[in-house]
Order: sequence, then C-alpha cells, then structure tokens
Amino acid sequence: MIERITHMGRRGCDLLEAVGRASIFLGQSMLGRPSAEGFSLWVAQVYAVGVLSLAIVLVSGLFIGMVLALQGYTILVGFGAEDALGQMVSLALLRELAPVVAALLFAGRAGSALTAEIGLMKATEQLTSMEMIGVDPLRRIVAPRLWAGFVSLPLLTIGFSVVGVYGGYLVGVEWLGVFEGSYWGNMQASVGFFTDIGNGVVKSIVFAIVVTWIAVFQGYDLVPTSEGISRATTRTVVYSSLAVLGLDFVLTAVMFGGLS
Amino acid sequence: MTASSLVEVENLHFTRGDRDIFRGVDLSIPRGKITAIMGPSGTGKTTLLKLIGGQLNPSGGRVLIDGQDVHRLSRKDLFQMRRRMGMLFQSGALFSDLSVYENVAFPLRVHTDLPESMVRDVVLMKLEAVGLRGARDLMPAELSGGMTRRVALARAVALDPELILYDEPFVGQDPISMGVLVQLIRRLNQALGLTAVVVSHDIKETLSIADYVYVVADGRVMAHGTPASLDVEQDARVSQFVHGEPDGPVPFHYPANDFHDDILGQGSRP
Repeated sequence: MIERITHMGRRGCDLLEAVGRASIFLGQSMLGRPSAEGFSLWVAQVYAVGVLSLAIVLVSGLFIGMVLALQGYTILVGFGAEDALGQMVSLALLRELAPVVAALLFAGRAGSALTAEIGLMKATEQLTSMEMIGVDPLRRIVAPRLWAGFVSLPLLTIGFSVVGVYGGYLVGVEWLGVFEGSYWGNMQASVGFFTDIGNGVVKSIVFAIVVTWIAVFQGYDLVPTSEGISRATTRTVVYSSLAVLGLDFVLTAVMFGGLS
Repeated sequence: MTASSLVEVENLHFTRGDRDIFRGVDLSIPRGKITAIMGPSGTGKTTLLKLIGGQLNPSGGRVLIDGQDVHRLSRKDLFQMRRRMGMLFQSGALFSDLSVYENVAFPLRVHTDLPESMVRDVVLMKLEAVGLRGARDLMPAELSGGMTRRVALARAVALDPELILYDEPFVGQDPISMGVLVQLIRRLNQALGLTAVVVSHDIKETLSIADYVYVVADGRVMAHGTPASLDVEQDARVSQFVHGEPDGPVPFHYPANDFHDDILGQGSRP
C-alpha cells in the first residue's frame, strides 16, 4: 500500500518535472530575436509541416463535408427541414469538426514527423555537434518548427472548412437536390463571423500550439535509441490527440456553453 | 592556473545514475600542444570531452578554459565560447540534410559575414586538406565512415578554432586514412598552433603525435607524462594498457559471478 502511494507520488513528481522542462524548453525556443535567416528556415518548415499536410487535410475535409450533408439530409428531410442543410454543415464544420479533425490529422501527419526528425538528429549527435559549433539548436532547429506549426494548422483548418462546405454542397445540392439558394442563404444568415468562424480559428490556434509543442518537445527530450524514437513518436500522437479532444471540450464549454 | 595552459580541469567529479564516472580528475592542457587522454573503453573519456565542452555539468570540481569556468557561463556566453572550439565527434555527426560542402560551410555561414566567394575558398581549402574536395556535392548518407570523419574534421576546423577536441579520431579507419588523419592532426597543430585534445585508445597512433599523455581509469588520472616516460612506466596497470597485454591488473571481464557456477545453473541469477 505504502509502496503504491510512493509510486504514485513519484509518477506525479516525474510528470510535474516533465511539464516544467517542456515549459522551459518552449520559453527558451520562443524568446529569440527574429532574423532574416530564421525567416527562410521558417518558410522551409512551413512547407514541410503545412504544405505537405495540405493533401490529407483537404481530402479529409471534402469527405467529412459530404458525409455530414448525407447524414444531415436524411435526418432533416424527415422534418421537411432540408433547407437548413447549409446551416447544419457549416456550423458543424466551423465550430467543431474542422479544428478538431484537422488537428488530429496534423498530429498524425506532421507531429509524428517532427518528433522523429528531431529525435533522429539527437540520436545521431547532430544537435550536440550544432551546440559545439556554437549554434543553439533551440533557435535553429526547434523555433522555426514551432512557429511553422503555429501558423500552418489554423490555415489548414480554414482550408478544411472551405472544402468541407463545398463537399456538403456537392452532396446536398448537386446530388440530393436541396435548393441551392436555401443551402447558401441559410448558411449566410446563420453563420456569425466572430462567434463561429472566429471561435473556430481560436480553437485551431490553441490546438496548433499544443500539438506542435508536444511533437517538438517529445523529439527533443527522447531517449536517443531506436526504441526511444518509436516510443516518443507514439506518445506524440497519443498525447496530442487526447489533449486536442480534452481541450476542445473545455473551449466549447467556454465559447458556446454559456459559461462566459 | 599557469599561463601556458588553455584548459584546466580541477578536481572534477561526475556521477551518472549510481555510478561514479569521475572521482577527482585533474588535468592541465597546455596551449599549442597535443594532449592525449587515454584509457580503456568505458572509463568516460568521451564524457570528459563533453564536460570540457560544457554539454554535461559536473557534480563537483570545475573546468576552466582560458580562465573562465565553463559551467558557470550563461547559455549565451557558453555558445560564444564554443565558437573558439572545434569538436570532432566519433560518429562525425554531420547534418544529414546538408551536402558535404554545406556542412563545412555551416560554421562560416552562421558565425561570419564572409562573402560567398570567400566561404567557397575556405571550404574548398579545408576539404582539400582532408582530401575530399571532389566529394563536395555528396550527401552525408553517401559517404563511408572514414570519409564522414574527414568531412567532420574539415567542419571542425572551418573557423580555425583555438582548441579542438578529437573524440576517438582513429576508430574504424583503414590504415591509409588513419595515417592521413595522424598527419593532419599534427599538421594542424604545428601550422596553426592549435591546442588539441585527443581522446583515444589507439596507443601507437596517439603516442606518435601526443606531446603529453594522461591515462584515465577508475575515475581518476592514473598516470601522466610524455609518451617516452609512459613507455617505461613502472605501474603495472599503466604498462598493461600501454603495451596492450590481455593479462594484468586491469580486468578484461565485466564484473560477474563465477563462470563455472553460472554455466552449471548454480549462479546467483537464473
């Protein structure tokens, strides 16, 4: 019994220590003067992290929009309310599905790649040798990747929404025959710029920070062996997925749950 | 601290987990000379280099480089100081996303404002010195182990550092590139007045270039002196190591229970 309590205590201390290390890590990487060179490193990372995730995010957005329209139509048509399809698809996407699903896809596509890349640099002593050359890897390797993630995911989320709404249009209007004017008209009437689009973007910014932070820290902090890299990559996906879903609940409660 | 020594290691202690790696190491590395740190594998020679480079923090004692305590510098000052050092890693540790040329150019690009034409000249000179000017467009993954080490050496001296730390420079080299490396280390030291620290257990090669040798084992400096004086060292452990004899006071086996009992299944562990 005592042993179990000590064990739990030790786990708690370890967790606290890891959170502390991760915070110092974040602070040290983000506090740096921007430079022209840093900008070009950042652009390269936006390409690796953002542009290369575009395909998976957009294709998923299209399918999710189509499925939403299909499911929504079969329910709404029972009430004779299929004219509200545009409203349903757009609100579901903007408020929930686009930020959450894009973040989950981003964690799997870009987050795991970030962890593995930085982890392998650590395992092959590239980070150490960079330190010995007198260049801080937190500035040169970590910071551009963090900023690239912070910027890319909100943009990907917007793309996800746009494509999803269009997918809903394809299924709802082109296939199932909802009146085009009511699909767009209802959407325009019910979607608020700040309440829906704005809150969705705020969510995706929060998710972007959390997912990128977890991914990069897991890579930087891992045990530099092949087993360590595989475990850290798994942890990136698991932790960021859980963090995204948990935070989504909190954010939804604050934004739409009447708590504020 | 004498004026002629660039690096002073004073009463250095280092613990990893429950294991004491160093228990009071004192070294003094004279300016402009080649100092070798030798010892059996697993005595923490690489750890010692990492302590000198400020990558690990000692649990006691201090390391002074040019009078400055490495482990009390701020992060910024530490990186500033490392610009005056070069380190050759055992694995080479080249940046895998950059070509050979860009790897050697990296320190020049980040620390100097040299125009591109001059960067090019310096890189080609350094690559020529290690015999790999023709390999400049290859990626690190396309290089053999020996070539990787030579590119890493070219990168380590790209900024003409005052102090260069070699971690096992001779391991895994064929006889030709070994000879080239030995010559190169000596030439760099003589021509540029570099202070060099060579960590190695290749006795013949190391003794042939070192001006002064420290033998480290059991967390301490066991012996030190010029190569000639070590060759005639009376201490049994030192002479076993220097002459490479399998039998002697330094055990070849990792501590274990009795072999006979172990193999008949009567040891302490199943």
